[in-house]
Amino acid sequence: MSEILTPEEIIKKGTLVFKKTKLMTDANLSYCPGCGHGVAHRITMEVLEEMGIAEQTIGIAPVGCSVLAYDFMNIDMQQAAHGRAPAVATGIKRVFPDKYVFTYQGDGDLAAIGTNETIHACNRGENIVIIFINNGIYGMTGGQMAPTTLAGMKSSTSPYGRDLAMTGHPIKITEMVAMLPGVCYATRQAVHKPALVRKAKKAIQKAFENQRDKKGTSIVEIVSNCNSGWKMTPVDSNVWLEENMLPVFPLGDIKG
Amino acid sequence: MEEVKLMKGNEAIAEASIREGVDAYFGYPITPQSEVIEYLMLEEPYKRTGMAVLQAESEIAAINMVYGAAACGKKAMTSSSSPGISLKQEGLSYIAGSELPCVVVNVVRGGPGLGTIQPSQADYFQTVKGGGHGDYRLIVLAPASVQEMSDFVEDGFNLAFKYRNPVMILSDGLIGQMMEKVKLKAQKPRLTENEIRERYGDWATLGNKSENRKIITSLELKPERQEKHNDKLQAKYREVEKNEVRYEKINCENADYLLVAYGSSARICQKTIQLGKEKGLNIGLIRPITLWPFPSKAIYEAADKVKGILAVELSAGQMVEDVRLAVNGKVKVEHFGRYGGMIHSPDEVLSALEQKIIGG
Repeated sequence: MSEILTPEEIIKKGTLVFKKTKLMTDANLSYCPGCGHGVAHRITMEVLEEMGIAEQTIGIAPVGCSVLAYDFMNIDMQQAAHGRAPAVATGIKRVFPDKYVFTYQGDGDLAAIGTNETIHACNRGENIVIIFINNGIYGMTGGQMAPTTLAGMKSSTSPYGRDLAMTGHPIKITEMVAMLPGVCYATRQAVHKPALVRKAKKAIQKAFENQRDKKGTSIVEIVSNCNSGWKMTPVDSNVWLEENMLPVFPLGDIKG
Repeated sequence: MEEVKLMKGNEAIAEASIREGVDAYFGYPITPQSEVIEYLMLEEPYKRTGMAVLQAESEIAAINMVYGAAACGKKAMTSSSSPGISLKQEGLSYIAGSELPCVVVNVVRGGPGLGTIQPSQADYFQTVKGGGHGDYRLIVLAPASVQEMSDFVEDGFNLAFKYRNPVMILSDGLIGQMMEKVKLKAQKPRLTENEIRERYGDWATLGNKSENRKIITSLELKPERQEKHNDKLQAKYREVEKNEVRYEKINCENADYLLVAYGSSARICQKTIQLGKEKGLNIGLIRPITLWPFPSKAIYEAADKVKGILAVELSAGQMVEDVRLAVNGKVKVEHFGRYGGMIHSPDEVLSALEQKIIGG
């Protein structure tokens, strides 16, 4: 039997090449191995740490897989009702205009049940950051069809594939809100490759800088995988994401 | 400085919120309470005290804006009328579950459905028995005058912060729309961030170092912990029941018959007492001011001294259930009320008392 080393035994002087931000707690992530949420959490917290604004920031967790984001993001957090995070963020921002406020929402939360709150917070140009994880499925409840589920894509509520005639098209909400004058920055990123992670982090940083400069609403969409919901291995899900999600949800800045 | 003015009930609520030092009001127009947000927008309290006022995209958004602001230890309120209050039930349940203080005003109109825009008291069940999901309670204040519309804003926030619980001011279209003389309180300053930290820093999300961070949530995935959280809520509710019951007794000494009525119905019943006197009838009135906690003990004790009780409300009979529970069968309890936006006259109440209680 091989000996199990403690972190202290592994990390010796001069061997440390990467350190987790202290703005991520030590709690075990509740996400499935291979899921993009963990990376999206980490880069968001890294941005807050590097900008030195963590103590002035209030984050809002949604309903969905990231409902427990407050267990992992080591800052002041509020948990919002399903879809209502942009309204909760508005409430905070209107009483504390100088604090940093961000929502972290999935596609069902932001683009289905919370569409009204999303559009109107963006239309008011609420000076907040919206981080939007789009994996085309309801992960938490067990893989049901999301507003962003692709045509023909199978889920537990579209078991024969999403029928566009019956349920409509995958909604491109980031493009939609980019049309609104209140939105200063709308971008679509991904976190399944190291180079893309670096780009996504830069986008999140730009979003918080916009908030610092009181420019209005910034929305950072992150196209992510859901290997469990898609019923694939993590590696296969990332290949599938490239081949199927990105043609419908192309990466890059949409506005700003 | 205190001031006496002639105002609508809805305007009095709005002015009282500014003078209370409320930090934010979030609303959505609906008859018969739109004057609340109209008054605030006209008055520009952000210039007077720094109070934020925002017209939300829906009643749902408004109550969730209240959630966000209240979770920062700020004084936040919203108002609506029955159909809009139905939309706020999800938010109220979250606010109660997360133990956040706030004041919500319901200027009740006739229902069900879109109903009418006229006064009603048919939201008693929704307000007092729950409305949203889960085991929770709202502290419910029922104003019967424009003066109380003003006074209950301060009382409401005191209770909300004392117990970290949502407070509902359950008014109706009559009290909201009628004009009366009202003595307005002196302006209170809004709390500074440091004052909020001192008072509520142990729970409010104000931005903190990681080791001292605050989380506002109503979620517990482990049922054992959720049960414990419910135990804590229930213990708090027992405290509220012990400490905060409020009611008014009118003409109850030597009364042979008792009316129980709140809000606008209590005003109508006061005239019924006079009409009764002219006929040689000695009628008393208990007016619950808090609908939860309900003045059960006072009604139970009063039941010993009267021949019968009539619960009068602008509904098909909702509060009457709590009156019957309080009386526990000691004397006859009947209900009378017009509904759907119609208002009973003092004569109709007297006739109902004669038919259902005195002659019944």
